[in-house]
Amino acid sequence: MMSAFHNTKIEDFHGVWVFCEQRDGQLMETDFELLSEGRKLAEDLGCELWGVLLGNQVGQLAGQLGGYGAHRVLVCQSPLLAEYTTDAYTKVICDLVTEYKPEIFLIGATNIGRDLGPRCAARLHTGLTADCTSLFVDTEKYLKFLAENSNVDVNPDKYDMEARNLKMTRPAFGGHLMATIVCPRFRPQMSTVRPGVMKKAEFSQELADRVHVEQVSVRLAEEDIRTRVLEVVKETKAMVDLTGAEVIVAVGHGISRDPERGVALAAELAEKLGGVVGASRAVVDAGWLGAGHQVGQTGKTVRPRIYVALGISGAIQHKAGMQDSQCIIAVNSTAEAPIFECADYGICGDLFEVLPLMIEAAGGRA
Amino acid sequence: MKIIVCVKQVPDTSGKVAVKADGTMDRASMATIINPDDLNAVEAALAMKDENPDSRVIVVTMGPTQANAMLHELLAMGADESVLVSAREFGGSDTFATSQILAAAIKRIGLTEDTVVLCGRQAIDGDTAQVGPQIAEKLDMPQVSYVSEIKKEGNTLTVKRMLEDGYQRVEVHTPCLLTCIKELNTPRYMAVKGILEYDKKPRLVYDYDALKDDELIEVDTIGLKGSPTNVFRSFTAPAKGAGQMLSGTPREMVAQLFGTLEEKHLI
Repeated sequence: MMSAFHNTKIEDFHGVWVFCEQRDGQLMETDFELLSEGRKLAEDLGCELWGVLLGNQVGQLAGQLGGYGAHRVLVCQSPLLAEYTTDAYTKVICDLVTEYKPEIFLIGATNIGRDLGPRCAARLHTGLTADCTSLFVDTEKYLKFLAENSNVDVNPDKYDMEARNLKMTRPAFGGHLMATIVCPRFRPQMSTVRPGVMKKAEFSQELADRVHVEQVSVRLAEEDIRTRVLEVVKETKAMVDLTGAEVIVAVGHGISRDPERGVALAAELAEKLGGVVGASRAVVDAGWLGAGHQVGQTGKTVRPRIYVALGISGAIQHKAGMQDSQCIIAVNSTAEAPIFECADYGICGDLFEVLPLMIEAAGGRA
Repeated sequence: MKIIVCVKQVPDTSGKVAVKADGTMDRASMATIINPDDLNAVEAALAMKDENPDSRVIVVTMGPTQANAMLHELLAMGADESVLVSAREFGGSDTFATSQILAAAIKRIGLTEDTVVLCGRQAIDGDTAQVGPQIAEKLDMPQVSYVSEIKKEGNTLTVKRMLEDGYQRVEVHTPCLLTCIKELNTPRYMAVKGILEYDKKPRLVYDYDALKDDELIEVDTIGLKGSPTNVFRSFTAPAKGAGQMLSGTPREMVAQLFGTLEEKHLI
């Protein structure tokens, strides 16, 4: 185990870092979202934003990262980094953090980020806040956020307006509570960030042309890696681009009377509206649709232009994943269904009757 | 073989959740359950024991004494031994601090070359998924998270690790830590024999004194004060402005809906 480095001298730590995840040489959407958000934090702090890119033969991706705001990209390449392993990635990242001492380190809350983040934080002896949905260093901006999103007293006299601690806000208790977490005594301040929440900036060719790419030598031996990846299987059929979709037509337990027809009708409406099919946990658990369709706390967080909830009662876990959609339309046969509380438009009725009418009304659109 | 399973008693967030005026959770008024993913971890341990009857399944939790009710259930399911880690000094720990305490507890239970540590992917109250990997780091053992399939031959485990766009098949050797997801299995129920006999099984309690000599347990790394992260503010998300319930026949409601969507340039 690496010995703990002296990370309580906060003034020694500078800069905002983003772990830029790639799979098979493809950057992840979260990289762009986090760089866009990280750039704002870096500007508020008056420091630089660096991307950290690990892999094998991935150097050509650095320019793209620059286009979303990275001033500099540290590129770590090795055949031992070709596939993600906890041991290899943790070692390389902790070595870099120990050497360069960033003040803030953001990681996308993907299945890989949530494996890597806690391991690194434990080794670096610092805090990590999981699955964040908003980040601020500037207290004034944070208070503005609180004023818009809570009933918390935002009187500036009650806050240290000069404090530069990262204020990391995340949902807790299945979305019932929001908590802002700080890590005041240790550095770096680490956060995994929920995919699909931060807004991606416009790609800038000018910024991309100016990015400084630095190849870092990797100190890594085969015996550092205690797991062996035997195979990587892509399951394309399970891949539904829920987070990128403009329109989502989601089905819930209400289709249980005839699941096959319910899914088929939802798919037809989704096609007419130019969208994709989503599902509640109940539908995925019942095996009527694959896990890739699941919206909610354990599924994906989405905020499409239109979210149609069909026969979804609206458990808090489901709402947590879709309540920020621009326009929510709910169809449910129970007038008291909680989904109506967050819906912009509610139709109380039988979805097997309403859905064909919606398909007809959607007609030749999209 | 020793199989150690980390479990947590959590408030049932799927039902009504009570929030106090100050924005904190009113835990006392809520029903508690065994964290769902942890049940999958327990089941995985019991399935390993089914195949290797010489194995010993030890469930360990950190929490108040109320967590005993959960441990009794797990003993009734088939676990051989339970450990409750409970001390005022441990209260208010974040994931970093919790993992240090649980790692110290696991060291005290005793790690051997063929030990497997299992955790649920994440607990439904915090949803962090951090404690498992952080325990693995503190114990300096390899981890595999998001595990949906386990095959074990001797000290070699071949597991399926789920990713958003597919999966990895990973080989790892004991001692190691796995975090389990619901796709892994269907947890069994308590057995009648188990319910009758749970109180004959060892039920240990580790207090502060039991663990304080471990290098991981220091005042400035555990509990509310030692935790690296602190809650700065907590609040309930404001309810969205009331929407509009449409009225009329289904055909009229759908017509009204699409009229409005068009008016607002949403379609």
